Amino acid sequence: MDELRTNTENAQFIVIKIGPEQFGIDIQHIDNIVRMQNITRVPKVPEYFKGVINLRGEIIPVMSLRLKMGLEEDAITKASRIIIIKLEQHEGIGIIVDEVKEVVTLEKEQIEKMSYDKDEKKIFVYAVGKVEGALVSLLDLNAVLADA
Amino acid sequence: MDVSQYLEIFLDESKEHLQNLNTQILELEQDAENMNTINEIFRAAHSLKGMAGTMGYKRMQSLTHNMENVFSEVRNGTIKVKANMIDILFQCLDALEGYVGSIQETSDEGTNDNEPLIKLLIDIMESKGKEETTQAEPVKEEKVVPVEKISGAAWDSMQFTDTEKVVMRAARDKGNSIYGLSVKVQETCILKAARAFLVFKALEEQGEIIVSNPTVQDIEDERFELEFTLVYLTKAPLSEVLKAIKNVSEIADAQGGLIEVPELDFVEIEQIETQEQTTSLETVKQETTAPAKVSPQKDKKQTPAKPVVNRTVRVDIEKLDVLMNLVSELIIAKNSLVSASAVEDTTNTAFNEQIEYLESVTTNLHESVMKVRMVPIESVVNKFPRMIRDLSKNLNKKMELYMSGEETELDRTVVDEIGDPLMHLLRNSADHGLESAEVRKARGKNEAGSIFLDAYQDGNNVIIEVRDDGNGIDVEAVRQKAIERGTISLEQAENMTDKDIVDLLFLPSFSTAKVVSDVSGRGVGLDVVRSKIEALSGEVEVKTKLGMGSTFIIRLPLTLAIIQALMVIVGKEKYAVSLGSIQTIEDVCPADIKQVQSKEVINLRGNVIPIIRLSEVLDIESDKNPEENMVVVIVKKGEKFAGIVVDELMGQQEIVIKSLGKYINKCKKISGATILGDGEVALILDANSLF
Repeated sequence: MDELRTNTENAQFIVIKIGPEQFGIDIQHIDNIVRMQNITRVPKVPEYFKGVINLRGEIIPVMSLRLKMGLEEDAITKASRIIIIKLEQHEGIGIIVDEVKEVVTLEKEQIEKMSYDKDEKKIFVYAVGKVEGALVSLLDLNAVLADA
Repeated sequence: MDVSQYLEIFLDESKEHLQNLNTQILELEQDAENMNTINEIFRAAHSLKGMAGTMGYKRMQSLTHNMENVFSEVRNGTIKVKANMIDILFQCLDALEGYVGSIQETSDEGTNDNEPLIKLLIDIMESKGKEETTQAEPVKEEKVVPVEKISGAAWDSMQFTDTEKVVMRAARDKGNSIYGLSVKVQETCILKAARAFLVFKALEEQGEIIVSNPTVQDIEDERFELEFTLVYLTKAPLSEVLKAIKNVSEIADAQGGLIEVPELDFVEIEQIETQEQTTSLETVKQETTAPAKVSPQKDKKQTPAKPVVNRTVRVDIEKLDVLMNLVSELIIAKNSLVSASAVEDTTNTAFNEQIEYLESVTTNLHESVMKVRMVPIESVVNKFPRMIRDLSKNLNKKMELYMSGEETELDRTVVDEIGDPLMHLLRNSADHGLESAEVRKARGKNEAGSIFLDAYQDGNNVIIEVRDDGNGIDVEAVRQKAIERGTISLEQAENMTDKDIVDLLFLPSFSTAKVVSDVSGRGVGLDVVRSKIEALSGEVEVKTKLGMGSTFIIRLPLTLAIIQALMVIVGKEKYAVSLGSIQTIEDVCPADIKQVQSKEVINLRGNVIPIIRLSEVLDIESDKNPEENMVVVIVKKGEKFAGIVVDELMGQQEIVIKSLGKYINKCKKISGATILGDGEVALILDANSLF
């Protein structure tokens, strides 16, 4: 995957929606996308952890991206999905999103790095991609999952 | 030659031999005349030498070679075992352990030649009387280095049982010739056993093989070097016999000669040398087609005349982990089937019968796989007698270690981890527990202190107790120290029971030793012990009586992966509680709950037991009417009890423990999760953490 990227200098992202905003997640970190299912609550953990699910015999923790970002509680609809993310050297973890839209391929010139403000506490976006006039905030998964 | 692939086997076997040597030399110290022990030591040193030589570890080989020489003399009775010799031998073992340790880390034996030690060994050798010659170079010597062997009368040194002698006599009387044959297989031969078999077959066409060294069984299992020796009865001339053997392909050489029929000698039977062949790396090298290796016999304490061959296979623990995981999956699938059949509400008896059958099969399968993973704690506790001996010298205190239950089995992963905590506890007992000889005398105790290590199985747990008859824990001293250190306040100190005070010893950096010694007293002991044991889902407790001694009791679960659990419901959530910690289940009327120090308790048959409402601890809204009778699950941790209030019981179930993963493991009260029959996830409550 890395090779592919360096050769063509573009990458594929899955575009998801949280509220009105579109976010992109690098496809190479995504293990799976599953429908919303029964989540078993785990007591005494941070609020943004919704609990654990059974993914083909594996116990996967699930967190709410909304709560982690300080937005209001998820409203679970038919479009809601759990995206299972696997970072290198880490176990899988699921994040709840409102909707999964599409897969886009972004070339290098379509991605603009964010100049971020140090004072801002919660920065989960490392760049912005431009797709046919719309903007996609590219998620920094390490930041999203940090101290998770 | 590339030997790296045998490194692991080499390390495993070397450690086994070293452990064996340690045990045997300790025995030798007690009973210097025991021939069995001496033979055993000789064999182990010899095997080590052969293995080290094969792997190209010259220094290790040279040291073991000298040890072997010394023992060869001891065996011949030309040298007597003396105390200083034992000390030197132990130093040799330490040096060998050093080599093995260095090999394990860097796959190189290091540069320490240990010349002083070798010199000491040679001195011992030379101390023997000059008049004795070294005529009795042992037979075994030649076997491991077959290349150097010039056709010798390998059969000459064979020893025969009386039965064999009788057979030989009878055969001779019938006009048969008795030949000793030595057959050598080509080094490149892959299927040595098959070649040997062909040789046997060829020979049996014209006569009878009465003795074989190594035994036929060992040869069939390919447990021999390149050579084997036979005693053969036939009417055919020797040249024909040899020709028949050489006709078999891949046979490098065959030699033979007449054998004198030995006299019947009933005393001799006692001294028959064991022909037991220790599997050495030589054997493995040929086994390219058979990766699973037959491990050497573990139990070498048996009378050497009758070696019992344990047919065992060494298996990578990871393969067993995979197997265990598959069994777990199967149990989950079985649970789903059970719950599916319950939903269907079928009256199909055949279906239900099959499910019950499946249940018993999976339970048995789980037990068998678990048993495969179980190893006796022997491998860990065997090093302790040596350690106590050394401690006894270092601390200048007389002490004895008594062990029982070494055969108690635990999961391999647990056994690997349990060594350090036990060592800590034993050192603790030796250093802090036991008084000096004078004090002991004054107290009317035996001058030599006793330390006991007892292991036994208790239901689904294994208990390991470390007990000493020393001073016990001075509770007042601990209390004072705790106050001094500010660990507890004066007020707290007054309210704490002796047991609570003793528990303080398990806090990090708390040591009562007045003198910091090399052995213990740096305050890193008991808290490490506790955290290690708890990491294994076990627990540790102390019983102590001042002046009488103390006992540390370690309780460990038999298995870590699959447990029997009670499923309970609180609100809308389901939790599993390990059946092992549950004492009873009680139906309690809300009016029976009393308040003590603003905590809820119940009086259960004379015991005052604190009540823990699960709904409060885990932030769940209970669905239950508070007026109704409560379901209280009484759990036990060590000597303490607690009652857990739940809404409803679901029943008993075999559950597979799964980790919650590191993202979400911050909740101490949950020890893991499990997947129920319907695919739902239920959390496993850690009853111990509720106390």
